[in-house]
Amino acid sequence: MRHRRTAVIGCLGTAAATLLPWLLSIPLAGQTRPGPSPFPAAYRAPRLADGHPDLNGIWQAFVTANWDLQDHEAQPGAHPEVMGAYGSGPAGQSIVEGGEIPYKPEALAKKKQNVERRMQVDVSNDKRWHDVGDPELKCYMPGVPRATYMPFPFQIVQGSGPAILIAYEFTSATRIVRMSGQQEAPNDSWMGWSRGRWEGDTLVVDVTGQREETWFDRAGDYHSGALHVVERYTPVSPFHLMYEATIEDPNVFTHPWKISFPLYRRMEKNLQLLEYKCAPFTEELLYDRFRKQAAR
Amino acid sequence: MSRHSLSLSLVVLALVAGVGAQAPKKFTPPRTPWGDPDLQGVWNDATSTPLQRPGAVGAKDVLSDEEAVEFQANLAHDLTRDRRDGGNEVDVNRAYNEHWMDARRLKITSDRRTSLIVDPADGRIPPLVPVSPERQRARAARADANARFNAGLPESFRDMSLPVRCIIRTDSPPYLPTIYNNNFQIVQSPGYVTIAPEMIHSARIVPLDGRPHLNKNLRQWLGDSRGRWDGPTLVVETTNFRTDEGVIFQGANPDTFKITERFTRVAADAINYEFTVEDPATWTKPWTALIPWNKVDPAEQMYEYACHEDNFDIVHFLTGARTREKNGETVPKRTAPAGGER
Repeated sequence: MRHRRTAVIGCLGTAAATLLPWLLSIPLAGQTRPGPSPFPAAYRAPRLADGHPDLNGIWQAFVTANWDLQDHEAQPGAHPEVMGAYGSGPAGQSIVEGGEIPYKPEALAKKKQNVERRMQVDVSNDKRWHDVGDPELKCYMPGVPRATYMPFPFQIVQGSGPAILIAYEFTSATRIVRMSGQQEAPNDSWMGWSRGRWEGDTLVVDVTGQREETWFDRAGDYHSGALHVVERYTPVSPFHLMYEATIEDPNVFTHPWKISFPLYRRMEKNLQLLEYKCAPFTEELLYDRFRKQAAR
Repeated sequence: MSRHSLSLSLVVLALVAGVGAQAPKKFTPPRTPWGDPDLQGVWNDATSTPLQRPGAVGAKDVLSDEEAVEFQANLAHDLTRDRRDGGNEVDVNRAYNEHWMDARRLKITSDRRTSLIVDPADGRIPPLVPVSPERQRARAARADANARFNAGLPESFRDMSLPVRCIIRTDSPPYLPTIYNNNFQIVQSPGYVTIAPEMIHSARIVPLDGRPHLNKNLRQWLGDSRGRWDGPTLVVETTNFRTDEGVIFQGANPDTFKITERFTRVAADAINYEFTVEDPATWTKPWTALIPWNKVDPAEQMYEYACHEDNFDIVHFLTGARTREKNGETVPKRTAPAGGER
C-alpha cells in the first residue's frame, strides 16, 4: 500500500516530493483511529504495600511490529529456497498513531538503505562494526521500545525499592527503572537510561541515553543518538497493560510520534522467563570468515 | 545433606564469631513491606582472597593482623598491573589495563581468611573422582582449544571460552570474584528475588513459591533456580545446567551437578554469600565457599555491560591468529594434564 502510494506521488514530479511527509501524515480511510477503549473504564488495579498499582507479572505483546511498525503485508523470508515458510513474516496493522512514522524527507533514504542491508554483516572493521545489518539479526540488545514488542515475553519485577527491574527473554536483556533518580544518563547504553514516575495508575518511564545503533523493527526504521522515548504502562484489566510510547528525535522525525498496543499477561501455570541467549546463534554469521582455512 | 548443612553452619558460626567487630552479632535485617528479609541494593564481591588456600600458608585458615598484612601485600603484588618493575613499555601497557580493573580485588576478606573455601577444612577443592572416558576426551579437547587460544592461534570462535564469546561471564552461579565488574543488583518483589549480575545483563529471577524445578530436559546456561527463606537467609537451589562443552563450573557433570547458595544480610552494608556445590560424578564430597558482598555506595551504580554487541576482541584474536599462521607460528605441545574449565 505504501509502495503504491509512493509510486503515484513519484509520477507527479519532484516538486510534489516535498509534499510527501505532509501527505503521509494525513490519515487515510481504513487506517487506525483511536476508538472507544475495549477495557472497563472504572478498572482500578490491585496495589502493592506502597499504594502504587501492582504491575508485577510476565507480559507479552501480540502485535507484529517487530517486522514493521507500520502496515505490512505477509512477506517471504530472505532465502525461501532454503527456509520455505520458516523465514517468512506475518502481516500486521500499523501500531503508529496516524499510521505513518513522520520521517524527515532526507531521513527516509537511510531507512531504505537499512532494509536493503538488513541481513548483511561486516565486523572486519571496528569503526564500521554497526554500519549494516539489523541489530536483531546479530542478537544485539534491542533498545526501547523495540524490546517491548519483540515476540518474546518479559517480566516486570516491582517491589518497594527505588528500582523496578524489567527482564526481557530476548538475549536476556535487563533494564533498571530508577524511580527516584534525577540524574541524567551517565553514558549511552543499548537499553538506555530509564527514570520512572507514577501518574495516577500509570507508570511513566523516561528513556534517554540509548545507543544510536538500535533499530525499531526489521523494516529498517531507525533513530539517531538524540532519541527520547517516554513510555506509559497503564493497567486496564487484571490481564492487560496498555502500553504507549512517544518517540522523539528531531534529527530523524518532523515531530514526536506515538505507538500503542496492549500487553497481555501470560497465564500459564508455573510459567517463567526462559533463556534466549542468542549470541551463539550468530557466531557463524559474524565470525566464521575469520576461521582457519583447511590446508589446500 | 542435612548433616552437611549442620557442619557447615558450625563453620560459618565460627567464622562470624571470629569476625568480631566487622559483623555485629545481633544484626536484625530490614524487611520488605510484605515481610521478607530485605537484600536489595547493589553489592560487590571483589576480593583477592583465593578460592583455594595457597600451599605457602600451610594449614592456617584465619590469619593474625600482622600475617594478614603480608598475605594481602603478596597477593596484591601478583594481581596488580601497577607494579612499575617492567620497564617503560611494559609499565604503560599494564597501567592501561589496570584502568579497567576493580581496585577492591587487591584486598583480602575482612575476616582475614586464607581461602574462600570454608569446607573442607583444608580450604581446597576435594579430590576428583575418576571421570568417564567420554568426559576425559571432552576435557582434553577443551584443554587443546585453550592451548591454541593461549598461543594466539585460535582456529575459530569455538576455541574461545564462553566468557570471551560473551555467552556467560559471572552471571552463571556460583558467583566468584573476578578482575572487574563484580557487581550484583538485587531487586525483590512479592514471591521473587531477582539477582542481576553486571556481567552479562542476565537477571536470575528466583521464584519463592515452592514450584518444582523445570523438567530435566529443559536446561539453561544459568541453570534453573528455586528459592526459599530459612530464617533471615535466602536459600537458592540451582540445577538443570546445559550440557554444552565447557559450560559447567569446574568441568562438573550437568546431570548430577547441584549448587545451593545462601544469601544472609549480616550488616546494613554486608551480605554473606555462601555456596555449596555437589556432584558425586566429579568430586569425592561437596564443598563450600563463603564470599562477603559489600554494599556499593548508592552514587556508584551498576552500568550496562554490553559484551557481544561490541566484541571486537573476538575478531582481533582470529585475524591475529591468521597472521601468525602465515608467519609459521605453531601451538606448543600441551604437557599439563587436562584440567577443569573455569
